[in-house]
Amino acid sequence: MAIENARDVYTRRMEGVSIWVVRSSDIVASSPADKDFMYEPANDKVYRHPTFYEIPPEVGHM
Amino acid sequence: MTDSNYYTYLLRLADDSLILGQRLSEWCGHGPVLEEDIALSNIALDYVGQATNLYKQLSSTDSLGRDEDAIALTRQESEYTNLLLLELPNGDYAQTIARQYFYSSFYLLFLEQLKLSSDAFLAGFAEKSIKEVKYHMQHATDWMLRLGDGTAESHQRMQHAVNALWPYLGELFLNDALDESSVSEGWGVNRAALKSSWMDRLQSLFGEARLEIPTESWHHKGGRSGRHTEHMGFLLAEMQYLQRAYPGAKW
Repeated sequence: MAIENARDVYTRRMEGVSIWVVRSSDIVASSPADKDFMYEPANDKVYRHPTFYEIPPEVGHM
Repeated sequence: MTDSNYYTYLLRLADDSLILGQRLSEWCGHGPVLEEDIALSNIALDYVGQATNLYKQLSSTDSLGRDEDAIALTRQESEYTNLLLLELPNGDYAQTIARQYFYSSFYLLFLEQLKLSSDAFLAGFAEKSIKEVKYHMQHATDWMLRLGDGTAESHQRMQHAVNALWPYLGELFLNDALDESSVSEGWGVNRAALKSSWMDRLQSLFGEARLEIPTESWHHKGGRSGRHTEHMGFLLAEMQYLQRAYPGAKW
């Protein structure tokens, strides 16, 4: 049922190729309080962002 | 095949999908939980999409030159040829799910035969629709199990829903003269022949879901001849309102 719910809620707009369902007690996740130092530094390094490349159509969605 | 037989055959399939899509869309914004609201809306869109394909095909040979919107949305009640099961009010969630199960398990069997049609359009339509209907059936089956073999209340509501819908299921398996000639000409489906596999599957599901199979054998019919239940008028009033108030309106 969780797979069906995920399929209905998250893959409507061509975003899905595979769905994994895991018990939340088995997940180890980063803390939301650490968001700043984990992820912010990457935002102002534009030269690392892959937005300038033209992706050939055969590659599909990346 | 005569043109008018083919037209009527397609019209029946189109009306079935349109009316069921309309009923399912009534759940949008009212589902019991978010995921089910989205699931039913998606399923409704699948049916409206199928109806659109069929009405477009119909419009290309329509003797009155109507486009697909006009055929779908401006006919009189007696000109709609859908099955009665599909125009019934949604009822509670159990009744909606029961209708989904009964209809999609039938429709999947029907489409699997239609895929073998000698008519290219019908075969192509069936192949595309099967992907959607497989999902509808999976979803409905999962809910039949959870509601039937659930709490005392869910079980009671589901059994009540099954009993209420049962007299409308016979019509799914009726072959009239048009069905019979379409089968003998190789492009249509023998609906009566689908009943035994449909019933086998249903019996095994009902066993697991702890549901009783009703013994009532009398069934309603008349949809194919345009004789509808008292609910159809209200459904059409809502569905046709916009096209009738603003004829020719487009997005």
